[in-house]
Amino acid sequence: MSRLEECIKTTPELSAAEHSNVPSAKSSRIARRDFLKTTATIGGGLWISAYVPELAARPDSNAPASATVFAPNAFLRIAPDDTVTVISNHSEMGQGIYTSLPMLLNEELEADWSKIRVEAAPVDPVYNHTLYGVQMTGGSSTTPSEWERFRKMGAMARIMLVDAAAQKWGVPSSECRVEKGVVIHSASGKKATYGSLADAASQLKPPANVPLKDPKQFTLIGKPVRRLDTPSKINGTAQFGLDVRLPGMLFALVARPPVFGGKVVSFDGTEALKIPGVRAVEQIPSGVAIVADRFWPTKLAREKVKITWDDGENAKLSTSQMLADFSRQSATPGNIAKKTGDPAAALAGAAKTITAEYDVPYLAHAMMEPLNCVVDLRADTCELWTGTQFETVDRANAAKTAGLPPEKVKINTTLLGGGFGRRANPASDFVIEAVNVAKVAKAPVKVVWTREDDLAGGWYRPMWHDRFAAGLDAQGNPVAWTHTIVGQSIMQGTSFEQFTIKDGVDSTSVEGAADLLYGIPNLQVDLHSPKIGVPVQWWRSVGHSHTGFSVESFFDEVAHAGGKDPYELRRKLLANQPRMLAVLQLVAEKAGWGKPMPAGRGRGIATHFSFDSYVAQVIEASVDKDGTVRVHRVVCAVDCGRTVNPDIVKAQMEGGIVFGLTAALKTEITLENGRVQQTNFHDYQMLRMFESPQIEVYIVPSEQNPTGVGEPSVPPVAPALTNAIFAATGRRIRRLPIRASDLAGGSEAKS
Amino acid sequence: MISFYLNGKSVSVDDDPSTPLLWVIRDSLGLTGTKFGCGMALCGACTVHLDGKAIRSCVSPLSRAAGKHVTTIEGLSNDPSHPLQRAWIEVDVPQCGYCQSGQIMSAAILLKENSKPTDKDIDEAMSGNICRCGTYPRIRRAIHRAAEMAAEKRSS
Repeated sequence: MSRLEECIKTTPELSAAEHSNVPSAKSSRIARRDFLKTTATIGGGLWISAYVPELAARPDSNAPASATVFAPNAFLRIAPDDTVTVISNHSEMGQGIYTSLPMLLNEELEADWSKIRVEAAPVDPVYNHTLYGVQMTGGSSTTPSEWERFRKMGAMARIMLVDAAAQKWGVPSSECRVEKGVVIHSASGKKATYGSLADAASQLKPPANVPLKDPKQFTLIGKPVRRLDTPSKINGTAQFGLDVRLPGMLFALVARPPVFGGKVVSFDGTEALKIPGVRAVEQIPSGVAIVADRFWPTKLAREKVKITWDDGENAKLSTSQMLADFSRQSATPGNIAKKTGDPAAALAGAAKTITAEYDVPYLAHAMMEPLNCVVDLRADTCELWTGTQFETVDRANAAKTAGLPPEKVKINTTLLGGGFGRRANPASDFVIEAVNVAKVAKAPVKVVWTREDDLAGGWYRPMWHDRFAAGLDAQGNPVAWTHTIVGQSIMQGTSFEQFTIKDGVDSTSVEGAADLLYGIPNLQVDLHSPKIGVPVQWWRSVGHSHTGFSVESFFDEVAHAGGKDPYELRRKLLANQPRMLAVLQLVAEKAGWGKPMPAGRGRGIATHFSFDSYVAQVIEASVDKDGTVRVHRVVCAVDCGRTVNPDIVKAQMEGGIVFGLTAALKTEITLENGRVQQTNFHDYQMLRMFESPQIEVYIVPSEQNPTGVGEPSVPPVAPALTNAIFAATGRRIRRLPIRASDLAGGSEAKS
Repeated sequence: MISFYLNGKSVSVDDDPSTPLLWVIRDSLGLTGTKFGCGMALCGACTVHLDGKAIRSCVSPLSRAAGKHVTTIEGLSNDPSHPLQRAWIEVDVPQCGYCQSGQIMSAAILLKENSKPTDKDIDEAMSGNICRCGTYPRIRRAIHRAAEMAAEKRSS
């Protein structure tokens, strides 16, 4: 059995329709991303090909309610009242996709923008990601995935509507044009709205050929169109998972083990059951579920349940021990991720060598909306309401847990009150648990996580240790660079393992390090992946969230060690990277690199390439005498290809910068005796309004296809800040979060 | 049975008087615009008005509301005509949107008490509200814009 087949077997959702169309890995190595043959690659490895005949496909759930509704494909419906419902196969978690996908579709459909509505897609292979072959939202990849498909879907509908009008009027389609949802035949003056043509268009066969506009003719793509979801988010009507109400629905909290992997030995729910409203206290695989007719009684009751836990093998885990272990491991090279030239010889022969070690902690996603999932489990069906980023995987896992075939499980994707990766859980932890709770609740049930549950719940960004050595020539130019990375693999043990782990190297552990853009002739990046019982997963910008910090900080150290200006050295070593060079030069110009600043401030610069986008940032910061860091200004330049909506791109850059600053300045998850030490926002603090700096974003105009936007602004934030702190204080920060105790004396202490 | 006014209408509930107002509003009265984020008055997602003052409903017992007026995001204006709501749309503030009810309710009290807030005033009034998506720069812009809109309305 090939590795591909094994993966398909272990991912039930991928089995049925797609399986017969999966070509061998060898024959599927086609360079073109064909619209009709959706071909996926994960981590640059094997390919999954999911043949999706979209032009004909329409899942039952998008069947028109009546013949007068026009549903030419799975992605839109046009009603007689001219309303256009765009069906989004990607989840809206703040990244603006409920606006940018309709923009792509309507660029070609040319309906009246005010008539556009958005609806979340059901789970169906027709909605699979064009690159990853499952229905999901993540990897900053929605726009790249849908850039062509959504325009095609819109164009196909427009062609059919024009044909319907032309047939009705007995004129050639070529003589008709469309304007804001109206088909017009200029010669005769005839006009018909899309809604009035819905019935006639429904009778037509989809066209075989769907040509797309030349980008020069775009009227919507590239415009700062206002978000479609804003009105519902300012009046309380936006429906998140936590807002779902079903008739007869109960509420549940789960008491989970205090140590990862712990088990219930025994429990006593007697006292808990005395609290009015509490219906059941029952053991489930992940702990003890408390079910009540409202949320609040579950909260009171959970404190009354007496549970004896078996802590299991992780009861001794401690952050301080892990820090020491990681540092020790990094002293010897790990599995090779990248090697060019002869780094050992180059280091030995260098005029000057420098070394450094960096540490970053476990981090929780801490979405503002805590995890939750509503389940209505019946004898032969299971319906879920949740804000998920991972529909295909969740449906497969829910089906397995419910003992039902996947097609009997329906997922209603709600709005997500933040995702950042947490809601794409490879084990579907919060979904599986909710199905298990539904089994004991014996009624529709909403499982709620408190903030304490969320922060202690695992699935963190891994903690990482990075050890570097660099060799400089007599002129101060880096000629050798070695980088040993230590940290848990997020892919190990998941169904994605076979696509992402090769020769002992998880590509997501070394991204941003092994693909270093700087021209350094002798390079080695290697990896240790210790196995630790703390569940870990992707977190906004994934591996880049640590390599961005460590690589760009150490590069700054190299520049200073060689007596070079950090900007100028970057410019020099990016000579063969025109797109990164352009963003670097733009950010330096806009930030006034080298220009005078108020006393006590320092300027730091960093670049990072991730999710196929190029980002550079300059931060101005100062440090108070007590070590408090003040971030005054962040300037960001980005090349993300053609922008669909520049205001949404700016918002994502701004948001990623605040997210990155929070990680740099505030947050860490630590363990002692296997127990997570942080519980709520007082000890896992978020950046707040008074700490939020002035942010300026500049977008490099581009005619390349769109690339990632949701994550690429996160990685350069921390190093731009720590490099600014070095400039202001002469102190090099090598562990995050930045501690005031590391900076006592502040900007004034600079000697 | 405890009675209070919710967005101008008299309501009565039989929840335990110690139940946080947040859960009474959401679960017993079915208005879900007010959000749960931390349960400890640390994030501001649950901000509502109690007799014209911003409170964190996740730590305010139902008994505190007895006989008083509670305003939630749903009651801020009948249509989204409040200057803050218009400014939020103009600046396109929300990303995921989950915290925005609380942000707007905090900002509404700020503007009521201070028709032309400075950046420092905004820092002080808004630092109890967390936004994980990082919309702070836009919230700041939108509050300034709402203050302008309110002033335009007053002078016209």
